[in-house]
Amino acid sequence: MVNQAEVQLSINNLSVSYGPIRALKGVSIEVRKGEIVALLGANGAGKTTLLQTISGLLKPISGNVYFKHLEITRKEPEKIVREKIIHVPEHRQIFGTLTVLDNLYLGAYHHYRKSGKKKLEEQIIQVFELFPILQERQKQLAGTLSGGQQQMLAIARGVMANPQVLLLDEPTLGLAPIIGKEVLELVTELNKTLGTTVLLVEQNVIASLKAADRGYVISNGEVVKEGSSKDLLLDDEIKEAYLGQAIS
Amino acid sequence: MGDLLQFLVTGITIGSIYAIVALGLVTIYSVTKVINLAQGEFVMLGGMLMFTFLNFNIPYWFAILFTLVLIIIVGWMMELTLIRPAKGANPISLIILTLGASLFIRGIASMIWGKDSVRVEPFTANDPINIAGAAITPQSIWVILLMVLIVFGLYILIDKTIIGKGFQASSANPNAARLMGISPKKMSSFSFVLSAGLGALAGMAIAPIMFPAYDTGLMLGVKGLSVAILGGLGSAPGAVLGGLILGLIESLGAGYVSSGFKDAIAFGFVLLILFIRPSGLLGEKSVGKGGL
Repeated sequence: MVNQAEVQLSINNLSVSYGPIRALKGVSIEVRKGEIVALLGANGAGKTTLLQTISGLLKPISGNVYFKHLEITRKEPEKIVREKIIHVPEHRQIFGTLTVLDNLYLGAYHHYRKSGKKKLEEQIIQVFELFPILQERQKQLAGTLSGGQQQMLAIARGVMANPQVLLLDEPTLGLAPIIGKEVLELVTELNKTLGTTVLLVEQNVIASLKAADRGYVISNGEVVKEGSSKDLLLDDEIKEAYLGQAIS
Repeated sequence: MGDLLQFLVTGITIGSIYAIVALGLVTIYSVTKVINLAQGEFVMLGGMLMFTFLNFNIPYWFAILFTLVLIIIVGWMMELTLIRPAKGANPISLIILTLGASLFIRGIASMIWGKDSVRVEPFTANDPINIAGAAITPQSIWVILLMVLIVFGLYILIDKTIIGKGFQASSANPNAARLMGISPKKMSSFSFVLSAGLGALAGMAIAPIMFPAYDTGLMLGVKGLSVAILGGLGSAPGAVLGGLILGLIESLGAGYVSSGFKDAIAFGFVLLILFIRPSGLLGEKSVGKGGL
């Protein structure tokens, strides 16, 4: 059923380099409306590079990125945000010297004036329902939150931007396994309740494939495998590469 | 007792001006990491343009408005023509560009206004008020009041509005801010416009007291920079505190030691504080502030 849904994000033959080093070599990926798609791969495979290119922080040397039928390749991040493609960057990158509430309002920066104070307050209440811990801590400086809470805040800040597509970069990195699980459950819940499409970069292969509908495996800047989560979980190579050995 | 009060008021007055100049520097520094060496020129232009407009018999409050708008345009153009095209250059190169802008503005000013100091009428009738043996000019009170209003206004702007929060976000983590839709280019323009406006206000307020000339900006810029560093570069409360301290030391040094030594005493004290606290009075030590 999901397969027939409208394509929201389509990445065609995308190449990105850092100086002489090619980080992505002709990557093509499709994300359909309402899906959770996992991007798997070792450190340095190019997963973060791909997300940063979609959100405009990096400019590709060739290839293109479409959001529905709109080409967004090489647009500035501030413009891409307005198309409601929201990138929650790795390492959380919340604004530590501002309060939790300020961080949430900043998430809504691009539609702050259009929405108006009242609508935003309603939206914050909605976000608090999904992330009750943030309500308790709303007046606290974001830098004083625990790692798991900071990650919740980073995602909640992304939700405040009214995302149609949420790009999540390593949301469980550095978190205790049980907290990481909680974060991924929240992502699934967001996907179900708000219908947000999610492109998820994760180190934890099993957990992310369990949360996702489909997955792509990236290695050395190329897509080497793709398929439904079920198939990927049963794939021998994946078992060998990621599940057989301990993941550092 | 009268002497002391006199020195204190003089010190706080000039210290308020240093504080406003330093606030301008901090505003630009916090979001662009550029130290704007032309900040003093905004102050100089404030006094000189005010002088010219008053000479053309433009009503006083209109002269203030025109001066403010013109200098804001100068600041805006500076960002647009100098800083923005060089985007991606390292901060040192950008700082040297602002030094160039400073020399350029000073050169133009000397051609327009010549080398002599000019006299600008005070905001209101300026008969000194006698308090406990000290003669306090109303313009001093205006200057101090202006500083207080600016501090309050900046606090509201930066801490209570979404633009101000975006400004803080852009200063703390420009890339994360871009992902919220906050344009660093707009914030950079905003910081120059704001700083130019602050410089203009300081220049207009101090002009009746210090008789500006084309080169007034040089010393004010240097003092403002010392104050910003003394306060802990990037800290707005530090800039205000540093400004008042430098003003007071200068004034007390001039009063009780020798006016020839006032700058030596003031800068000596700044050096002493920086020896003890290299990060400045309210400077943040370089530790993480949330995130990784």
